[in-house]
Amino acid sequence: MFSEAAIKELEEIRQKYPSARAALLPAIYIAQKEFGWLSQDAYEAVANALGVPKAIARGVGTFYAMYKHKPLGRNIVQLCTNVSCMILGAERLVDFLKNKYGLEPGGTTPDGRFSLVIMECIGACGTAPAMLVNDDFYENLTEEYIEEILGKYK
Amino acid sequence: MEKVLLKNTENPNSADINEYKKVGGYQSLPKAFGMQPKEIIEEVKKSGLRGRGGAGFPAAMKWTFASADPKSPKYLLCNADEGEPGTFKDRQILEKNPHLLIEGMVISGYAIGTEYGFIYLRGEYPAAKDILNRAIKQAYDSGFLGDNILGKGVKFQLAVHQGAGAYICGEETALIESLEGDKGQPRIKPPFPVNVGVFAKPTVINNVETLSNLPYIIEVGGEVYSKIGSPECPGPKLYCVSGHVEKPGVYELPMGTTLREIIYTHCGGIKNGKKLKAVIPGGISTPVLPPDNIDCKMDFVNMPKHGSMLGSGAVIVMDETVCLVRVCYRALKFFEHESCGKCTPCREGTEWLRKILGRIENGEGAEGDIDLMLSVSSNMLGKTFCPLGDGAASVVQNFVRHFRPEFEEHVKNAKCRFK
Repeated sequence: MFSEAAIKELEEIRQKYPSARAALLPAIYIAQKEFGWLSQDAYEAVANALGVPKAIARGVGTFYAMYKHKPLGRNIVQLCTNVSCMILGAERLVDFLKNKYGLEPGGTTPDGRFSLVIMECIGACGTAPAMLVNDDFYENLTEEYIEEILGKYK
Repeated sequence: MEKVLLKNTENPNSADINEYKKVGGYQSLPKAFGMQPKEIIEEVKKSGLRGRGGAGFPAAMKWTFASADPKSPKYLLCNADEGEPGTFKDRQILEKNPHLLIEGMVISGYAIGTEYGFIYLRGEYPAAKDILNRAIKQAYDSGFLGDNILGKGVKFQLAVHQGAGAYICGEETALIESLEGDKGQPRIKPPFPVNVGVFAKPTVINNVETLSNLPYIIEVGGEVYSKIGSPECPGPKLYCVSGHVEKPGVYELPMGTTLREIIYTHCGGIKNGKKLKAVIPGGISTPVLPPDNIDCKMDFVNMPKHGSMLGSGAVIVMDETVCLVRVCYRALKFFEHESCGKCTPCREGTEWLRKILGRIENGEGAEGDIDLMLSVSSNMLGKTFCPLGDGAASVVQNFVRHFRPEFEEHVKNAKCRFK
């Protein structure tokens, strides 16, 4: 079940669209924020709130890469390895994360502090290699810089 | 050239409405409202503005079609799903000059005859989302959006719709599906969105950069605008350069600046004095160019004459240390991941190509693999629902066309010498 605050947020968003169905993507984002990840229960909340069949909500949600369908760590490291980042060393950074933090692509550290998601271009190509940690952009990455950045996320 | 799209963006507060107004912002709005919608479309036609998302379709033509359709309401969608690898130009406008885009959208909405606009923003731009939402609120509070804009009775409502990590939603019909709350899978055309678009209504979809040209076109007139850059497709253009150059970044230059000038004059040449090996000129989907073919004018008309495309103007520069098989492999891994799965040639073809490229790169390539890739890719070209499959196939075809010896060497020596 959604909290009252989530229902209020969803109602406000719903007003921007001519149909409830169009509010599905934002509603899934709200569910993700509310429940941490998108379980069957989360989709049920979305489906009930919008009057959309649960199978549709889940079918749509699983199409998109940024919706999380398993529990992830407290901080999500989203490292780009697409061409501009790759040719400036992003793959070495993937190895570094594995060796230093035991962090595999798609995996989570045992203490639940970090998850690693490999991204397909985050629009920071001019300052590659780059990553997002949660909603924060970090650019011109080096191994030392990544250590410094990750130290800030507990 | 005077900066149009990145005007005042060196100012750290450029995203604030007051800073935008200080440099003449929102001055084109009253001027536009003093014109008939048809006159605005006429000015845009005179300006020669072509869509900056990649296809280069004349903006005025889209607008004419949509405004002629009697169905209502109509919708104006801004495509801010900037996902083409190598592209980071729209992010500059979204984060540093959001009011330019908003002003452009209000003018466009008035010209087309719509009261409803959405900005479809990719999910990977959380900072831009906050900045845009703040800017939209400021614009509402200042009477530049809402039910009675500038007290002239003009209505325009604008909202941000956040995507969720699907490259395909940059394709306009997939974007529409996604905005309607569905999977981002392209629709067959016709009908075209200008007649049957979002919520089955006439819909104009323009790129961020395209719409951001509107305030300037209204300010100086289509005639003056048309004198900037290439006569066939004029205007200022944002080129975003990444990879092995001394000064990567976003450069606002006249449309038709040559690739050589962009790389060597503006970006300071190849990093650390190394040799240029290859350039992808317009985002990863556009055909790669060898170093002897960079005297091409970067615009919609001249790039095809040199065997490539302007695309999004995203220049990826690669020096002699780069393994092009690996680049090609990474590109296909991307296309495989982003293929929406709707049509077979793209869904199966991208996976098959990625697998072949993977084994060549790992030193496990077989004798006929290069020709097999050419065969698979030619069975994709022109046979897919949308340009994603074409892009994937043409990446393989062009890398092999220009750099076949490098692929052959990988197969022959059963290893990659760049590792």
